[in-house]
Amino acid sequence: MSGEPGNVNRTQYRLGFWLLLAPIVLWLSLLIILPHIDMVLVSLRERIASRQYGFSLSNYTAFFTEPLYWNTFVRTAVMSVIATLLTLIIAFPVSFYIAKVLTGRPKIALFILCLIPFWVSELVRTYGWMILLRETGLISGALQWFGLADQPVEMLYNDVAIMVGLIYTSMLFMVVPLVTTLDSLDNSLIEAGYDLGGSSLHVMKSIVIPHAMPGIMSGCIVVFMLTLGNYLTPTLLGGKDSLWFTEQIYTQFITRFNWEQGAAFGILLLVLSSLIVWLGLKITKQSFTRVMS
Amino acid sequence: MIPSIASSRFFRMSYLGYVTLFFIFLITPLVVVAAFSFNDSLFPSLPWNGFTWDWYFGEGEPRLGLFHDEALLDSIGVSVQVAAVTTLASLALATCNAFLFEREQFPGKNFLYVLMLMPLVVPGVILGVSILVFSSTVANWFEVQFNYEIEALRPGLLLVTLGQFAFITTIATLVISARLRKFDITQEEAAMNLGASRLTAIATVTVPFLKPALLGAGVVAFLMSFENFNTTLMLVGSDAPLTIAMFDRLREGSTPVLNAVSVLLMVGSACLALVSMFAQRPDKH
Repeated sequence: MSGEPGNVNRTQYRLGFWLLLAPIVLWLSLLIILPHIDMVLVSLRERIASRQYGFSLSNYTAFFTEPLYWNTFVRTAVMSVIATLLTLIIAFPVSFYIAKVLTGRPKIALFILCLIPFWVSELVRTYGWMILLRETGLISGALQWFGLADQPVEMLYNDVAIMVGLIYTSMLFMVVPLVTTLDSLDNSLIEAGYDLGGSSLHVMKSIVIPHAMPGIMSGCIVVFMLTLGNYLTPTLLGGKDSLWFTEQIYTQFITRFNWEQGAAFGILLLVLSSLIVWLGLKITKQSFTRVMS
Repeated sequence: MIPSIASSRFFRMSYLGYVTLFFIFLITPLVVVAAFSFNDSLFPSLPWNGFTWDWYFGEGEPRLGLFHDEALLDSIGVSVQVAAVTTLASLALATCNAFLFEREQFPGKNFLYVLMLMPLVVPGVILGVSILVFSSTVANWFEVQFNYEIEALRPGLLLVTLGQFAFITTIATLVISARLRKFDITQEEAAMNLGASRLTAIATVTVPFLKPALLGAGVVAFLMSFENFNTTLMLVGSDAPLTIAMFDRLREGSTPVLNAVSVLLMVGSACLALVSMFAQRPDKH
């Protein structure tokens, strides 16, 4: 019966291995790889007649020749970079405060307080900003009450409103990696920097920031990607003129039913997003798997 | 800068002031949404007309409250169904993935791991669009070849579930792998020495050890699915999940019933957050 237990065991292991491998391969190929390949193929074709398609680059040339598309693309990228930098600048002092100034219970409490808004749907958070910023909203009301404005002020539907919403939505993804890396910095290193005569600025620049670099980088990458791919915030806070690239993709797919053009836009956004992630990793010499996990 | 380094009173006070402002910035939008769900006015805006429960319990137009608004209640039901299926499916696959990456050695493992992380780098809108394109390619092919229309591959709840499952699985895999990495494999070997088969050993020793991670990943998966917007928007058919229904009403301009829904979501998220915090409490040892 148990003539060759080793062999039985080995076949069992092999079988177990294939059973573990099959689902992940199915998942990645059917839901990630093939859909993206198919999207590339669709973006490279053109409708000749009903149900008749031919190879064509026209969807890509349309992108470069139509200023609206091109401008929207560049605008989305630039706004995303600005939003990422502003998020970093706003989040860094707060993260430093939580990680290095506070200790014990207040530290944990404040960290959790940072996370709370992000358990709530992005839709609800954006809605909150709409109530605050709109013409009949709270900020406009407060300005009138204090006598700073004599009529209702519309603060919704402009770039600043989009920026505020994007920064607000991204905050968590910056604070968490920053607090984690800053927390792992030994206080005695900062003290040593001061003992050796360094100024606050100098200690910050040559001890704290280099140590926090992995956290800064993973925060920036995640925030940038999320901002670039955001649809809700620009649409709701920016109104009709928000000109966000994901809106173009939505319009082509759902409103105009021009899937070929939409697919080309999708590929372009994906390339831009991957390119910037790759550049960010190259510049700071980080590995993709480390930053993501 | 840090407590052990002397700094001026002015610096400390302004630093504290900055951090306080930051938290006011974080909390204000949520407080405002919650407060206006009690405003006795048809619009979620100033002026404040006094307190009312109408936006929760109002029985008829124009003051239809959340608990009598069939359309909103239906969409909550749709979201719960989608989130439940997505959570179970992604937990099952994520557990397999964790065992594959933590226990097995095989050529191309690193490549597969990087591939597994990919869904996190693909913007949600594009993930949705690519699945939309591919599923309709498959459906069209079937239609031409066999003259048979596969309804399920057209925009609708199956595609929404698949789209969310596609990226939530990655997150669940990361959480469960991290826990499995901490598991001492000799415990499993001990169980097998005592006569348990490999599967029994895993079911009785390893899986209980993974339970906090499974619960934590489950909560996160459920919330991410429930709140997902970008991927869902591209794949949705006639049954709208809650986020889509809310988005449509937001654009049309709605009564404060949306604030009431938001409060319900906040309460729900808070309960789930508590569950996951208890589940992920650090080990005593």
